[in-house]
Amino acid sequence: MNWVGRRLPRSEDPPLLRGEGRYVPDIAIGARVVRFLRSPVASGRITALRPPAEMPPGCLFVTGADLAEVQPIKPGLRRFNYRAVEQPVLPIERVHFVGQAIAAIVAPGAALAEDLLEACELDIAAEDPVIGFDAALAPDAALVHPIAPGNVAVEGELRPEAFAETLASAAHMVEFAFRSGRQSAMPLEGRGGVAEYDRATGRIRLSASAQMPHQLRTGIAQLLGMPEADLQVIAPDVGGGFGQKMALFPEYPVLVWLARKHRGRFAWVEDRNENLIASAHSRDQRHVLRAGFDAEGRLLALEADILADVGAFSVFPTTCAVEPLMALAEYPGPYKVPAYAVRTRGVLTHTCPMAPYRGVSRPVITFGIERVMDRAAAALGLAPDEIRRRNLHDVFPARSATGMVLDEASYIQALDEAVHILDIPAFRARQAAARAQGRYLGLGLSVFNERTGYGTPAFAARSMDVVPGYEVVDIAMLPSGEVEARIGSSPHGQGLRTTLSQIIADRLGLDPGHIRIIHGDTDRTPYGWGSFASRSLVIGGGACQVAADKLADKLRRGAARLLQCEPSDVTLRDGNAVAGAASMPIAELARLAHQRSELLSDAIGFNLAETGQYDPGGTFSNACHAAIVEVEAETGHVRVERYLVVEDAGRIINPMIADGQVQGGVAQGIANALFEEVIYAPDGTPLTGTLADYTPPTCAEIPEIEIHHLETISDATITGAKGLGEGGSIGAPAAIANAISDALSPFGVDVAEFPATPPRIRALVRGRAPRA
Amino acid sequence: MTEVRFTVNGAAQCAEVEPRLTLADMLREECGLTGTHLGCEHGVCGACTVLMDGLPVRGCLVFGVQAEGADIRTVEGLAAPDGTLNVLQRAFQAQHGLQCGFCTPGFLMLATWMLEQPGGVDEARLRDVLASNLCRCTGYQNILAAVRAAAQEMGVWKG
Ligand code: FES
Ligand code: FES
Repeated sequence: MNWVGRRLPRSEDPPLLRGEGRYVPDIAIGARVVRFLRSPVASGRITALRPPAEMPPGCLFVTGADLAEVQPIKPGLRRFNYRAVEQPVLPIERVHFVGQAIAAIVAPGAALAEDLLEACELDIAAEDPVIGFDAALAPDAALVHPIAPGNVAVEGELRPEAFAETLASAAHMVEFAFRSGRQSAMPLEGRGGVAEYDRATGRIRLSASAQMPHQLRTGIAQLLGMPEADLQVIAPDVGGGFGQKMALFPEYPVLVWLARKHRGRFAWVEDRNENLIASAHSRDQRHVLRAGFDAEGRLLALEADILADVGAFSVFPTTCAVEPLMALAEYPGPYKVPAYAVRTRGVLTHTCPMAPYRGVSRPVITFGIERVMDRAAAALGLAPDEIRRRNLHDVFPARSATGMVLDEASYIQALDEAVHILDIPAFRARQAAARAQGRYLGLGLSVFNERTGYGTPAFAARSMDVVPGYEVVDIAMLPSGEVEARIGSSPHGQGLRTTLSQIIADRLGLDPGHIRIIHGDTDRTPYGWGSFASRSLVIGGGACQVAADKLADKLRRGAARLLQCEPSDVTLRDGNAVAGAASMPIAELARLAHQRSELLSDAIGFNLAETGQYDPGGTFSNACHAAIVEVEAETGHVRVERYLVVEDAGRIINPMIADGQVQGGVAQGIANALFEEVIYAPDGTPLTGTLADYTPPTCAEIPEIEIHHLETISDATITGAKGLGEGGSIGAPAAIANAISDALSPFGVDVAEFPATPPRIRALVRGRAPRA
Repeated sequence: MTEVRFTVNGAAQCAEVEPRLTLADMLREECGLTGTHLGCEHGVCGACTVLMDGLPVRGCLVFGVQAEGADIRTVEGLAAPDGTLNVLQRAFQAQHGLQCGFCTPGFLMLATWMLEQPGGVDEARLRDVLASNLCRCTGYQNILAAVRAAAQEMGVWKG
């Protein structure tokens, strides 16, 4: 029986459906309530900070002065031009963005804590903040941090010899300057943690809504100078993360500090406003592209000037370089380019810091290169699919412009399949008929590749002080024949318990129901990196496969001893170890291995436990997205009529879960393209602090998403699986923007800023009459 | 402190609460029913949806004291006492209508209400009603599919 490839229902679901999940806010009940006093101004000097005049019994007020022994958060990057900005856990002198935590109030209940928060005395001598690229990069700009001259926190540049000549020699030049609006990952459950002191052991248990529990543990122990072994971090049920919950936020060390000092249980659960203004943002970027094409539409040279607003601080462990350097490394996606020059800068401003968010910079670079392809196609009189076909990599392994190995993939096949499904001639006829009636339909393509499942070598190349990558899995068969696999990945909605059990089940000839996946607890799992970067199924899954194969070998050796044959004669299937006509239940083998070890120990030792490790170089999945939209020129309203995804993520372990990842990613990408933007007033006040201002789409705005799979099995991963967690978000903004641009082509305008909100679209067409 | 008497999932409850405590917080903290989640606490996301006297309400926009004498239904009341999932819950699992599960109780209660209304459900009604709530993970398609499948199984789908 093969379990890989089946739409196995998720074992995660029943408790969640009964309302029996355990999320941080559920664990928080009964703990002392922690609330944070947050800065109302973007930049300034703290001149007074005092607790409420009356503090009821059982209440505490904690400031940076109390945390004098606690180290500042200082994420490191070994690059000469990286400015290692420090973030004090609670600041004493200065504030750097609206929403920055300044002090903590502790009370027995939430309402009292919030009353006390309002009674705190806080004076800040406000100064003019640095908001936006133009202000930050102005020659006379104030410095967000004195150690970062010019407000540049990190910089990268590549410029091959004779680049300017190559670009100048191109028959056609396309210039494209565009802006990507700031977005929030906005998991439906915000951040939160409960820190509890165990009087019997002196240890602290921190339950946190986190994606990287082991990193949180290491990081907090370092900041607090406490024994790491005294800290247990648990990621219980986590209500979505999408990258936002990778960071070591300052609130967590405060909770652990409180629990240690006051030997109690302390909980902080943020509200939506805190999540929107003070957790982490992403995607606030401005790019200028210059692309030179030859007369046949082949890209000869690409120049990119990239600005990424990194906010006021650098988050641990990924650092504020994650967006600007990802953008540098991955232009121009799946396309061949003989010459690539790029400059990227991470720019400090008095705004909320940036963390990775599903896709990291790739939704932005895909938007850039895909809009360039459409502009070039229009200039050269080529169809959008044809210009892409002429430029996509088609011989593998290929090398990207920055030297990354592009493994076996299906860039052109995915495009061809999408074009075939769409029936573009029929759409063009419909589009022409609609235009004649003053209705504007458009079709947009977006072709991209997605680097996934990359291990230590890829992260080491980024020169991070903390280099993520590998995964380790400890697998053990119990005397009952059930299997426990302890993983360092930390799922939060991806269904890993189900998919990993499918991988292991096939290797051991067992039913997935007999396999438990244990995760999200530093006491019970091997050191690992958690879940992010479309890595867990590839790397955690690969490590599961390695571990399960070693265990299978052991089982075969044990069975061979009992069945009196060679290990190579034994197969494990349907719960049995089978050798020719002889067979025995694997559960019986497991019992004997543990309880009658005298029969087996010289063949297999005294346990049925193995460790698997996996650290792949990385693999690229790929996709072609296509959107058909209708734009109402008068109102600027965009309706997504059809959304198509042709996706190649190699071997699909569970098609149901894979499609769910794509659908969810596309919905976030459509949100990015049309609806969501974090907006700051010029004085640094966030204007989008509620879900009435920051507006994620509902099911009324998100269309059915049609998904077709190609399965290119490359040898870059041992399971054949490639990651696909981020692709949906990566492809959608470009597909939607290209579709809107196609729809508005009679007006002679196109999209150069997203989200393409109704006011922006109205501004584009204002004063313009459509060509017939 | 005010005393509130009400029923939850058929069982009588009595709680002593501050008048400013919301219904969602009262259910979570006083009744131990943590299946009702809070995603925004300002009435937009619908994660806190419960049924109050037969109507879906945002548990974060109703005060606990307003529940005096009310009949409340929460996600914990959907499955059988032995944990067996009901039709709608089964459909959510079969159609992969949840990922992180944080929005799920709200969608389940909203859909429960809709499926119990006379007149049945069609595609337009389905989208219209479920657009009350936010999900960040699924892209909605499978939530719609799950409720559609449950409606079909219950014989109230008018597709
Ligand atoms: S928590 Fe009540 S609507 Fe969001
Ligand atoms: S399943 Fe995560 S918010 Fe809906």
